[in-house]
Amino acid sequence: MRSSFTKFSFPALLAGMLATTVGRVVVSIFVPLVTFIILWQIFIFLRDSQAPRIVIAAVAIALGVGGVAALYFLSNSLVEQLPIEWTKRLQPFVFVGPAIAIMTWYLAIPVLRTLVLSFKDAIGERWVGLDNYLFAFTDRIMLETFRNNLLWMIFGTSFSVGFGLLIAVLADRTRLETVYKAIIFMPMAISFVGAGVIWKFVYAYRGEGTGIQEIGLLNAIVTALGGQPQPWLNIPPWNNFFLIAIMVWLQTGFAMVVISSAIKGIPTELLEAARIDGATEIQAFFNVTIPYIKSTLLTVTTTIVIFSLKLFDIVRVMTGGNNGTNVIANEFYLQRFTYGNTGRASAIAIVLLLAVVPVIINNLREFYRERRGF
Amino acid sequence: MTKSYRFQKWMSSFLVNSVLIVICIIWLIPTLGVFITSFRNSQDILTSGWWTVFPHRESVEVARIVLDRSVNVDGPIQVEGITTTFEELRQGVQLPDGRILTWFGNKRTRTIVVTEMRWVGFSHKPLTLKNYQDVLTGKEIRFIDARGNEIVRKGNDLGNAFINSLTVTVPSTIIPILIAAFAAFGFAWLNFPGRGLLFTMIVALLVVPLQISLVPILQDYTRLNLNGTFLGIWLAHTGFGLPLATYLLFNYISSLPRDLLEAAYIDGASNFTIFTRLILPLSVPALASFAIFQFLWVWNDYLVALVFLGDSNRVITYALASIVGEKGQDWHLLTAGAFVSMIMPLTIFFALQRYFVRGLLAGSIKG
Repeated sequence: MRSSFTKFSFPALLAGMLATTVGRVVVSIFVPLVTFIILWQIFIFLRDSQAPRIVIAAVAIALGVGGVAALYFLSNSLVEQLPIEWTKRLQPFVFVGPAIAIMTWYLAIPVLRTLVLSFKDAIGERWVGLDNYLFAFTDRIMLETFRNNLLWMIFGTSFSVGFGLLIAVLADRTRLETVYKAIIFMPMAISFVGAGVIWKFVYAYRGEGTGIQEIGLLNAIVTALGGQPQPWLNIPPWNNFFLIAIMVWLQTGFAMVVISSAIKGIPTELLEAARIDGATEIQAFFNVTIPYIKSTLLTVTTTIVIFSLKLFDIVRVMTGGNNGTNVIANEFYLQRFTYGNTGRASAIAIVLLLAVVPVIINNLREFYRERRGF
Repeated sequence: MTKSYRFQKWMSSFLVNSVLIVICIIWLIPTLGVFITSFRNSQDILTSGWWTVFPHRESVEVARIVLDRSVNVDGPIQVEGITTTFEELRQGVQLPDGRILTWFGNKRTRTIVVTEMRWVGFSHKPLTLKNYQDVLTGKEIRFIDARGNEIVRKGNDLGNAFINSLTVTVPSTIIPILIAAFAAFGFAWLNFPGRGLLFTMIVALLVVPLQISLVPILQDYTRLNLNGTFLGIWLAHTGFGLPLATYLLFNYISSLPRDLLEAAYIDGASNFTIFTRLILPLSVPALASFAIFQFLWVWNDYLVALVFLGDSNRVITYALASIVGEKGQDWHLLTAGAFVSMIMPLTIFFALQRYFVRGLLAGSIKG
């Protein structure tokens, strides 16, 4: 490619580079833009038509998916019509361009836009300096959300990983392993809203009065043991733990599956050797199994910590953040959609981003270590 | 010696299995409770726990005694061979044969209810499919509340929400996979300037919280009139799913044997042909894993649907959450609704568990 440039004078070279860049950008944006416009037109057409909803859905799905495929084909054939040199220069962008363009619009640029908005007022017009961050770090409500997210991160994560590890290790020694694992893993398939309903029913409280039967499992157990029924979700700070139990129920399966596959990777000779040397099962667990799966444990822990940092659905559905159960992501939602304060919501989003920055840096470092070729 | 060793082994296996069975029961019971409740009558749900559908001993009314006008209810009362008083009857009096006499209502009713502890089976409180009918329809529904009053209200139309969820989920699964597969191939097999930098961006975006995007993208959507449209949410899920999809597919596609592709290049195949004829078919396991992952993620998503679709095209999670908000005590609708929302993911999960697990293991960090 370089040798072809030497024929040109400097201005021509500059022009050539400019043309290349423009060409790459055009190619990158072409497919998503045309897809977008076509889908938009189809969409407006369908919205106004009187066909039954299921027909509309089927047509929309077929055209949406088919349209994307067709446009890749189209933009590739256009680029292949160009002189071979240009084809070589532009073709990679036929492949990676659309993905890059969409990610840039939906994720990369919003980071900057949210950052800018976080220094502006509720409707994004006036600059207010650090006011929103002052709110984010000193307001009583925000401090409560920080405390609660900390509870979620510490207790939610340690119980999920702990149970996951326990079940993975125990199930590994049984014949019914797949059955046990499928049962523990099943909640992973359920939405947080669905899980919210399931657990709201466990915590249901009917109030006091003669002839009132408790229909919630937890209160039924408490009354059967001679206790008083309680409105579990209304008692701060304990209600946070009843919500965290839901997350443990959901996430243990994830931890278990990932840890279990790491345990299967431990060479049997290693454990055999430890046993022959007279190690008890517990010693073998702490001195062989745990060190061997350390990096997996770290990954699982990080993933669940991030999950509990961004947790929203469970709190939203169960308590709406009332009674001392508010979390950062719910306060973000309230600020933006209930109080209509874009500035504060943006500042909260930036706080969330800052919290995951160490993970981002670590991911990048890992990536570069594994792939020096890049 | 061997006998005690075998016994020890049996003991430890028994212990391990017991612990696991206990944990599994704890894990299953909440879901089981909702499942059973979804088939019970609305009034039964509010007056007795769901566990009462199982055979158990319960006091059952066997007879009613109406006292003769000649009996003075303020004095000693002779009934069923014992002598007792109104106050005692109010508390309940046990007969020698185990039956219990209880006064019914106030003094003027002159009625005593005779109850007996009996085994009740599955049939004493009939189950019903009405809850599912009620929750799926958008028409008017009628049901009985705890006090026995009939309640009439509009149904929650989960049937429609189910179709909306499908309309959202299918393109939101296929479009990002398609786009990501092209990109993954480009990154893995084509050389171009900026390749390292652009991929670094993808890795960095893997764990960026969604909340970062919601405010600015919502501004764009308001300007483009995309709020509340399917197109808007397809694009949103595509954008949010792309980093992980590209990353996972890149890992898979870059590990395909190099000789295979070089042979194809030598045969004169173009990049596009190699991608569609060779890479895509070879990547089916990775594509399937991510497809299941993304399908479940989108189906179960609440935040993105709440922000970008809202009330105009209710998806199933949104509809279920609004029953919780509006009618938190209508357990017959809530439990049936919860199960309607779970049918799809549970079916996919049990049918394709192997792929799902593989997808999870490949990387499950998602904004």
